[in-house]
Amino acid sequence: MPQVEDTDPDPDPGETTQAVFTLNYPRIQIPFEITLWVLLASFAKIGFHVYHKITVWVPESCLLISIGLIVGGIMHSLHEKPPAVLTSNAFFLYMLPPIVLDSGYFMPTRPFFENFGTVLWFAVVGTLWNSIGIGISLFAICQIEVFGVQDITLQENFLFASIISAVEPVAVLTVFEDISVHEQLYIVVFGECLFNDAVTVVLYNLFNHVAALEVVEAGDVFLDIGRFFVVGLGGTIFGALFGFVTAFTTRFTGKVREIEPLIIFLYSYLAYLIAELFAISSIMAIVICALTMKYYVEENVSQRSCTTIRHVIKMVGSVSETLIFFFLGVVTITTEHEWNWGYILFALLFALLWRGLGILVLTQIINPFRTIPFNFKDQFGLAYGGLRGAVSFALAFTLPDNIGRKDLFITGTIVVIIFTVFIQGITIRPLLKLMNVRKTNRNQETINDEIHKRLMEHTVAGIEDLCGQWSHYYWKDKFMKFNNRILRKILIRDNHPESSIVALYKKLELQNAMEVLDQMSGDISAAPSLISLHEERKNASKSRKKFLSSDVTNMHELLSKNMYKIRHRTVSYTNKHTLPDDITAREILMRRHTSLRRSLRAGSFHGTNAAKMSQKYFSLPMGRSLNSRFPPRRLVHAGDGDIESEINYSSIRHPQRVSSKAVMPLRPLNTLKEVASSVNTVDGQNEEQRGCRRSHLGSNVSRSGHLTSHLPHGSSRNCSDGDHDAWVEEPQNNSDVQHPLMRRPHWLPQKPHDK
Amino acid sequence: MGSFQSLPDDHQYRTLSQKTGFSLEQIAILHNRFKQLSQNEETLWRDDLKTIQDLESNPIRSQIIEAFFDSRNFQKDGVGSVEEIGFEEFLTVMSYFRAPPQNITVEQREEMRRAKLRFLFNMHDTDNDGTITLEEYRHVVEELLSRSGALGRETAKGIADAAMLEVASISVGPMAPDEFYEGITFEHFLKILNGVEIEMRMHIHFLNMDATVLCK
Repeated sequence: MPQVEDTDPDPDPGETTQAVFTLNYPRIQIPFEITLWVLLASFAKIGFHVYHKITVWVPESCLLISIGLIVGGIMHSLHEKPPAVLTSNAFFLYMLPPIVLDSGYFMPTRPFFENFGTVLWFAVVGTLWNSIGIGISLFAICQIEVFGVQDITLQENFLFASIISAVEPVAVLTVFEDISVHEQLYIVVFGECLFNDAVTVVLYNLFNHVAALEVVEAGDVFLDIGRFFVVGLGGTIFGALFGFVTAFTTRFTGKVREIEPLIIFLYSYLAYLIAELFAISSIMAIVICALTMKYYVEENVSQRSCTTIRHVIKMVGSVSETLIFFFLGVVTITTEHEWNWGYILFALLFALLWRGLGILVLTQIINPFRTIPFNFKDQFGLAYGGLRGAVSFALAFTLPDNIGRKDLFITGTIVVIIFTVFIQGITIRPLLKLMNVRKTNRNQETINDEIHKRLMEHTVAGIEDLCGQWSHYYWKDKFMKFNNRILRKILIRDNHPESSIVALYKKLELQNAMEVLDQMSGDISAAPSLISLHEERKNASKSRKKFLSSDVTNMHELLSKNMYKIRHRTVSYTNKHTLPDDITAREILMRRHTSLRRSLRAGSFHGTNAAKMSQKYFSLPMGRSLNSRFPPRRLVHAGDGDIESEINYSSIRHPQRVSSKAVMPLRPLNTLKEVASSVNTVDGQNEEQRGCRRSHLGSNVSRSGHLTSHLPHGSSRNCSDGDHDAWVEEPQNNSDVQHPLMRRPHWLPQKPHDK
Repeated sequence: MGSFQSLPDDHQYRTLSQKTGFSLEQIAILHNRFKQLSQNEETLWRDDLKTIQDLESNPIRSQIIEAFFDSRNFQKDGVGSVEEIGFEEFLTVMSYFRAPPQNITVEQREEMRRAKLRFLFNMHDTDNDGTITLEEYRHVVEELLSRSGALGRETAKGIADAAMLEVASISVGPMAPDEFYEGITFEHFLKILNGVEIEMRMHIHFLNMDATVLCK
């Protein structure tokens, strides 16, 4: 535990002679103060979001620093010293890992790997370029006598340069996300920031080591370069290893669901620590570990564990980040600064200059290799979005004391950080908007999109095979084959290989289902007219944002099954010879719950295939095929789901499938609505909220639409009461259908709603 | 155009280059590949393409192969498919996958896009009637999903149906209860794929080096 000075403003009342009431502050001092600081930072965060407009224009890091400055001012005036939490150990062992794990875990994998080369290029080469460039120019400045900083050696300059070239993603990414910037840009910035943390730390250690030496020999330099690669690669391999081990472990945690999140965290942290032990890049290790294990783990663990993991990672990561910025503010006021106009201003200038130059040059070199080259606006976004932040600060603060000008460096770093965060952070948004940076094509991803994307990939891969010209699709294919054949079998518990198209499809279906649910939950007895349903559906689809491919697939899968079921049910109703099927109804409900749970898991940002849903299907009775007693009715409702298509296009039989759709609108589904809303309250995350909201939005209408349209058109029963009563009756008749709801307390956090 | 061994059909290369837009080196390389595939004959048959090992695992293999023999792809108003193709047709089909050059006008880019989409459309529309019917679309989806293994035909059908309805809703708008959606026409196809950056996805980096020795 870091040594904390006593900042207790309350005077110790001292020992009293009474034993009735005692005050023992020193005992709880350390945890108490930590808690208070974290709480204070959290209050600051809450406070920002109360007034929403602020966060739109001013990135959160700015606000946090400002609050920190204020608090620092207060403390300074009270002549208190801030808690010395920013020791090297505390930062590198406790505060940095959560931040990095957060970035690594939520990295959208598919775009990341597609842009892997670019990301690495910018991260590694870019950081090197920056560090060396800034270092040399600053050294040149140092030679000028006027500034009076001649005592700074070249190594120390390099050290400082490496500190201030570490780019920090958080603020930038929020802005990018808000203005829906092009995905390529986003992923490059994200990846670059992530990896350049690793590179910076390595460089820092390297230069630190070198700075301590009196004389630098060429041999040392080469050794160091070699070491650089060892460190980077070693970290990667290590991380991958740990990732696989984690995935493998989760394969066996079927019976002990509670500890699943714990395992994830422990392994990640372990990867970090052991990498630190061997002095290889721990950041790389933990990031690669998170990347590799995420895919398999999310298929193995239970729904709730998955949510827990995501939440905790986000929470701890953001707490860490918050604290660091906060302390930045505090420390700015309270430390002894050494100010040197020339050095610091030039440092700032060079930092900006070299970054801009670097991006320009590097982009020119790598553009020919990219399928989507970066234009000037993209480059501007990249360069301008290079804000410095937490890592720089921590690295500066933890400089060893034998560096002569440590205070100057700290001051310089703080200036650079504050400048970039405030000035660039605040202005980047209007600037990018002004320049109209290429926006993302993030329209609602339809099944068609997914199908055709996949088609094109296959086509291109096929043509490449045909004409003998390879590109990265080849490697992707190979990897997917390897993955499906070997890795998945080992690492995943129930192995259901799933195509992303099916994933998208299911998700869309599920979304439909949820929408129907929402829409219908209020007013069951009214007979919704076809037209109003259409409109509702359209409105609902407008507010739909992007969603996970995997969710969509699940949804669609579900809906397709529902579709069959509905037909069946309808047939059975019109078919006087068969009774309504209780068992299937219950099964419908169970599947409904499963799929709902899965849908509420949605929340990844760019709607990539990052998260694959677990395929825990209940076994469905694949019953007999439908008789076409049900006259195939050529009916297509725009946007209405798949039932129509079934009716329209298939005169051939379809196997009966269990569908929860039948039961869906029946009970007022306040239960599910409740659940949804409760999940909403639980999730504070934007993403989760979006996900939940998304899953609420309108597929209800289509369902009711289905209902209405699928009532046997032969009869005039449209949405007549008869039918509705019939539908509604059914659950009431079967009390046991209700029970699944109640018997699932873990799903409904609130009391299950009694119908 | 630089000095390379003068091949007997040097002049032919130039015309091909002008027609398809490949560079001469690329054409030479592709010609090598052509000869490799066709076992040094003048024309390529379907069976020749079927022997490519790498292509075995591609789910839409048959469609890709078929695309090479579809005369719509290399003649202006071609109908039907042919049994064998020459190098010129081979190259023409390949040219659909060229990357759009950096400095072309918006109309040219749009034209390229249409051409590529037309190629895709033809791949689906196997009966040449100008629309993709549900059956054809289903066939496509089934092929695509066949690699996943765990899915049945019904799922594929369901997905295809849903996709079809999406197209209907996007292109035709709300339909009266009695209308029937015939199939996806090319215009509708363009509309639904509006959001997808075709020219970015559907292109191959044609190398200037001969990698044919590495192919199986």
